[in-house]
Amino acid sequence: MLCLEGVRKVFPYKNAAGKDDLKVAVAGLDLQINKGEIFGLLGPNGAGKTTIIRMLTLLTKPTAGKIYYDDLDTAIAAKQIKQLIGVVPQHINFDQDLTVGENMQLHGRLHHIPAKKRKIIIDKLLNYVELTDRINDNVRALSGGMKRRLLIVRALMHEPDILFLDEPTVALDPQVRRRIWDLIRKMQRSGVTIVLTTHYIEEAEALCDRVAIMNKGRLIALDTPQALQQKIGSYVVEWDNEKTEREFKIFHSKDEAKTFADNLFQENILRRHANLEDVFVELTGRRVNK
Amino acid sequence: MLYDIITAFWRDWIVLKRRMIKFILSRMVAPILYLVAFGWGLGRSITTGGGAYINFLVPGILALNSMNISFNSLTSLHGERVYHKSIEEYFTAPINPLSFAIGKILAAILRGMISSAIIIILAYAFGADFTITPLFLLVLILNCAIFAEIGFYAAMTIASYEDMGRFNTYILLPMSFLCGTFFSPDKLPTAFYYFVHILPLTHTSLLLRGIGSGGVPNMISVAVLLFYVITCFSLCVYVTKKAQE
Repeated sequence: MLCLEGVRKVFPYKNAAGKDDLKVAVAGLDLQINKGEIFGLLGPNGAGKTTIIRMLTLLTKPTAGKIYYDDLDTAIAAKQIKQLIGVVPQHINFDQDLTVGENMQLHGRLHHIPAKKRKIIIDKLLNYVELTDRINDNVRALSGGMKRRLLIVRALMHEPDILFLDEPTVALDPQVRRRIWDLIRKMQRSGVTIVLTTHYIEEAEALCDRVAIMNKGRLIALDTPQALQQKIGSYVVEWDNEKTEREFKIFHSKDEAKTFADNLFQENILRRHANLEDVFVELTGRRVNK
Repeated sequence: MLYDIITAFWRDWIVLKRRMIKFILSRMVAPILYLVAFGWGLGRSITTGGGAYINFLVPGILALNSMNISFNSLTSLHGERVYHKSIEEYFTAPINPLSFAIGKILAAILRGMISSAIIIILAYAFGADFTITPLFLLVLILNCAIFAEIGFYAAMTIASYEDMGRFNTYILLPMSFLCGTFFSPDKLPTAFYYFVHILPLTHTSLLLRGIGSGGVPNMISVAVLLFYVITCFSLCVYVTKKAQE
């Protein structure tokens, strides 16, 4: 189990007046992530998702609080923890001077995988993501989707117990996005715990067993996607108001939603099921994709 | 830790191996120009201490070239840190971050020494007369190590690519010309004379020239180079640890 206790991260920065100031990226986060689940961190840009992932993957230290992997404390057992985790960063961070195969070799060497085993794993994983014929190509020659798939299998080379994916499908077309979702589901079936950040609502709904909704560095809701939706109501009525701005109201029963919609004298009325975006807007007044 | 040092070195070695011919050809241009312009051209009308100027010049070229190559071998690390973020791959791996620093510095020393070997071959082809001893090679290695470490520190701390260029312009370029490379520091005004003797390149130039001409090496200069190697390495250790925070 992965456990965060009172985790806080503060960054120094220069404010608009040019004076030193502090920005709270993560404000006292308590969280538990269970073995074998796909756990989503959902929130808009600046919500603190990437900072959380960077703290969990030991790329940055928390300003306060503790992070435990089972009974291993990140402040003490960094090297042991690094053997347990795989990291798929948001930024495509391949070594630009190396080929596909060499990037994989480098990862294998850094995780102390013996040479023979390394070759077998590389062949297997590249075959898995249909990149075998690109093994000798420079990584710069790959398409965006290929790079994302390669990033994921590179992180799997040392068979991590927990895989962190920071915005794994950002800027990808829907077809490639779905292939990556399939890949993530397959990994979960093989027993890997997955922690992913996303600002795509449909991604969180399609993949995550539980979702933590973040806003301005704070955890504002945590549950299964279905439970979160049920808490606010399952039925939504949307309409254009007098200023042609979109408004909506959430209802717990279908009949309530229908009655409300029937009595609404506005343009473009739409009845639909609630989604995580509605949960987010209801809780924060902001949209996730902003 | 040794395996991790080899891994960091291996990465740079395969990149160098792939570009070896380009690397060698490009490293020949500047020394050939120096040897032609200052050795053959200007140098024919100059004698130093009764000897040919080319014999005075070659140790200076070796010193400045090994400095430039070792330092600039690590400028790409700046891009790996700031733009591509590929060094995060090392920092999320279960390795001692120091092995990353040592591997990178060793690879830069190798580049500096390959470049020095090219100059030595060219210098002999141009008719230079100097002796290579184990201490001569050790001084070259120390010089490469110092500037590889400075390059590593700069790449890990400097914010923009432009600032890396400025480091070259304001630090390395003046040293290339003033630190006993093309003329003796004795010719400099007194304040400059003492200032350049604080800098490691002056000691490298003087040592290489002394050893190359069969003289007795000044052990104080060797001690100064060792001091720089240790101090700069300590800075690399500090900056590598800080990079993870």
